[in-house]
Amino acid sequence: MLTYAIRRLVLSVPTLLFISFVIFMLLQLAPGDPMAQVPLTVPPEVKQKMREALGVGEPALVQYWKWLVQVFWTEPKVFIDWLTRDSFLLGWLPDTNLYQGELRVISWQTRSPVMDIVLQRIPQTLWVVGLSYVVGVLIALPIGIYSAYRQYSTFDQAGTFVTMVGFSIPPFFTGPLLIVIFSVYLGWFPSIYDTTHVVNDWESFKYQLSQMIMPVMVLALQTTAQLSRYMRASMLDNLNQDYVRTARAKGLSEAVVVMVHVLRNSMIPVITVIALGVPAIFGGAIITENVFKVNGIGQLLITALFANDLPMVMTLTFIFAFLIVMFNLIADILYGLLDPRIRYD
Amino acid sequence: MTDSPQDDLILAEGARVAPIEALKDKGPMAPPRSKWRDVWEQFRKHKGAMMGAFFLFFITFGVLIGPYLWTLDPQALDIRNKDMRPIYTALWNSEAKVGWNHPLGSDQLGRDNLSQLIAGGRASMAVGWAAMLLSLLIGTGVGVMAGYFKKLDGPLMRLTDLFLSLPILPLLLVAVTLFRQPLRANFGPEGGMFILIVTVVGITSWMPTARIVRGDVLAIKEREFVLAARSIGTQPFKIIKRHLLPNVLSPIMVSATLGLATAIITESALSFLGVGFPSDFPTWGKMLADAVARMEDFPERVLLPGVAISLTVLGVNYLGDGLRDALDPRIRGR
Repeated sequence: MLTYAIRRLVLSVPTLLFISFVIFMLLQLAPGDPMAQVPLTVPPEVKQKMREALGVGEPALVQYWKWLVQVFWTEPKVFIDWLTRDSFLLGWLPDTNLYQGELRVISWQTRSPVMDIVLQRIPQTLWVVGLSYVVGVLIALPIGIYSAYRQYSTFDQAGTFVTMVGFSIPPFFTGPLLIVIFSVYLGWFPSIYDTTHVVNDWESFKYQLSQMIMPVMVLALQTTAQLSRYMRASMLDNLNQDYVRTARAKGLSEAVVVMVHVLRNSMIPVITVIALGVPAIFGGAIITENVFKVNGIGQLLITALFANDLPMVMTLTFIFAFLIVMFNLIADILYGLLDPRIRYD
Repeated sequence: MTDSPQDDLILAEGARVAPIEALKDKGPMAPPRSKWRDVWEQFRKHKGAMMGAFFLFFITFGVLIGPYLWTLDPQALDIRNKDMRPIYTALWNSEAKVGWNHPLGSDQLGRDNLSQLIAGGRASMAVGWAAMLLSLLIGTGVGVMAGYFKKLDGPLMRLTDLFLSLPILPLLLVAVTLFRQPLRANFGPEGGMFILIVTVVGITSWMPTARIVRGDVLAIKEREFVLAARSIGTQPFKIIKRHLLPNVLSPIMVSATLGLATAIITESALSFLGVGFPSDFPTWGKMLADAVARMEDFPERVLLPGVAISLTVLGVNYLGDGLRDALDPRIRGR
C-alpha cells in the first residue's frame, strides 16, 4: 500500500507538470493584451517597456520556467516563513527567513502577489462551499440508506424524483429562484452574501446563518442528488448478499444488520465518491458564488478572466487541477485502505 | 408441398406415420422476438422515461417548427409594448399590461418572450445535440481503440486520466473567453460561438464514454464470435464495425443521454456567466441571466427559461434512466 501511494505521488508530479504546461500554452494563445486598458496617449515604446516589466516580452518557455520557479520554489519559501513567524502551530520555531525578496507570481490587476489574494478569498469559499458539502453529505446518506432499505416504497419513489430534480435543475436557476421566493417575496434572507460581516454576538451570528443558508442549500442540493443515488445503489448491492442473510439468521437485530453490517460495506465506494467530489465542488461553486455574490475563489477566477489577468487565471486553474489530482489519489488510497479485497501491489 | 423436404419425402412414399402424441406441437409457437422489441416493451413500462422521451420530443419538435407557427422575430424591438406581462397574469391582476400580441410578455426592449424562448431553445438544443455527438464520437473512438489495440491502451487511458483531472468549468471559461475573438472574425458572431462552445464542451466531456466503451470492448474482444471472425481473416476495422460496435451500442446510448443533459447545462451556464453567445442572440441561459436583474418585478422572465432548461434536462435524465433499465438484459423481462 505504501509503495503504491508513493508511486502514485511520484507519478502525479509529471501529470501536474503536463497539466500546467497545457494551461500555460492555452493562455499563451490568448489574443488579449495586458496593455489594452492603458490610454492611447502612452507612447508605444513605453508600452513595450511596461510589457517587459510584466514579463510578457520573453519567449513562452522562459515565461513558463519562471512561473514554475515562482510557484514551486518561491511560494513555498514564503509559506514556510509564514509558518515559522506568524502561525499558531509552528510559531515557536525560529524564523527561517528563506524568502529574500525574489519576484513572486504577481497579479496584473492589483500588482500584488496572487497567493496573497487567493489566501484572502479561501475562507469565504471554504465556509460556504465546504459547509454545503458537509450538509449535502449529511442529508444524502440517510436518504440513500432508507430508500434502499425500503426499495420501491413511496419514500424511495419520492426520493428518486427529488434527486432527479436536484440533478437536473442547474444552480443558476435554483439560486435566482430561491432569491425571488425567500428574499423578495418573503424577505427572510438577504440575497447578497456580505463578506465583511463579523460575528461577535448572538444577533450577528443569526445574520451570518441567514445569509449563508441559501447558497449552502443550493450547493447542497446538487451534492445530495448525486450522493444519495450512489448510496442507494451501493446499499442495494449489499442488501441481497449472503452475509446479510447470515447476520439475520443468527438473530441480530435489524438495526445492527443494516446500520453496521450493510452500511459499513456500502460506505466503501461512497467514501471514494465523496473524496472525488471535493475538488469538483470548488470548480462548480463558480456559478453559485456568482449568483450570491460570495467573493470566493470561483468569483476571483471569473473577474480575473474578464480582466485578462493571465497569471491569476493560470495559478487558480493550476490550484484546481492540483486539488483534483490530489483528491483522485486520496480516493484511490482510501479505497485500498477500506476494502481489504483490493490490493494494488 | 409442405414446409420441409422431409415431409415431402414422407408424403411421396405414401406411408405417412402419425407422430407420437407427446412429441406433437400443441399450437403455433410464438414468433421470435427481436431484441429491440424487448427493449421497447421494457422501456414502455418506465413511466418517467416515457414522459421524458415525450417531453424531449415535444421540445425538439416545438423549437424546430415553432418559428413557422409564431412568426414574430425574436430580435425585433417593439419599444411601445415593452415590459408586458404574460397573459395569465390577468387572472389575478386585472391592471397588468397584457395582450395577445405577446402571450408570454415582452422584455425591457420589447422583444417577444415566446419567440425568444423558441429561438433560445433552438440554440440550446443545437448546441446540446452537436456537442453530445462530438463527445460520443471522440469517446467511442478512444474507447474502442484503447480496448481493441493493446499497444494504444496505455497511452490512451493515460490521456483519459489526464483529461479527467483537468478542471473542466474553469478551463471552459478560459477557452471561451480566449478564443472568442478569432473565431468570431472567421465564422461570424453566432457561427463562431457555436463552433467554439460545441468544440470545448465536446472535447471536455468524452472521458466517461471512453472508459465505459473500453471496458465493454475489452470483455467482448475475448468472446468466441470475435475469435471466429478473426480466424476467417476479418480485418480489425471490419471486426470493430461489424462485431464490436453493435455490442457496445447500449452503454453508448445511455451516455449519449447523459451527455446531452450535460451539454445543455454547460451551454446555459456559459451564457449565464456572460461568456456565451453574443448579447442579441437569445439562448435560455442568456435570457435567464438578463432577467436576474429585474426578477423582483418580472419573475416570469427568470422562470420561463429556467423551467425550460430544467424540464428538458429532467426529461433527458429520465430518458437515460429508462434506457439504462431497458437496455440491461439482466433487468429486462422482469
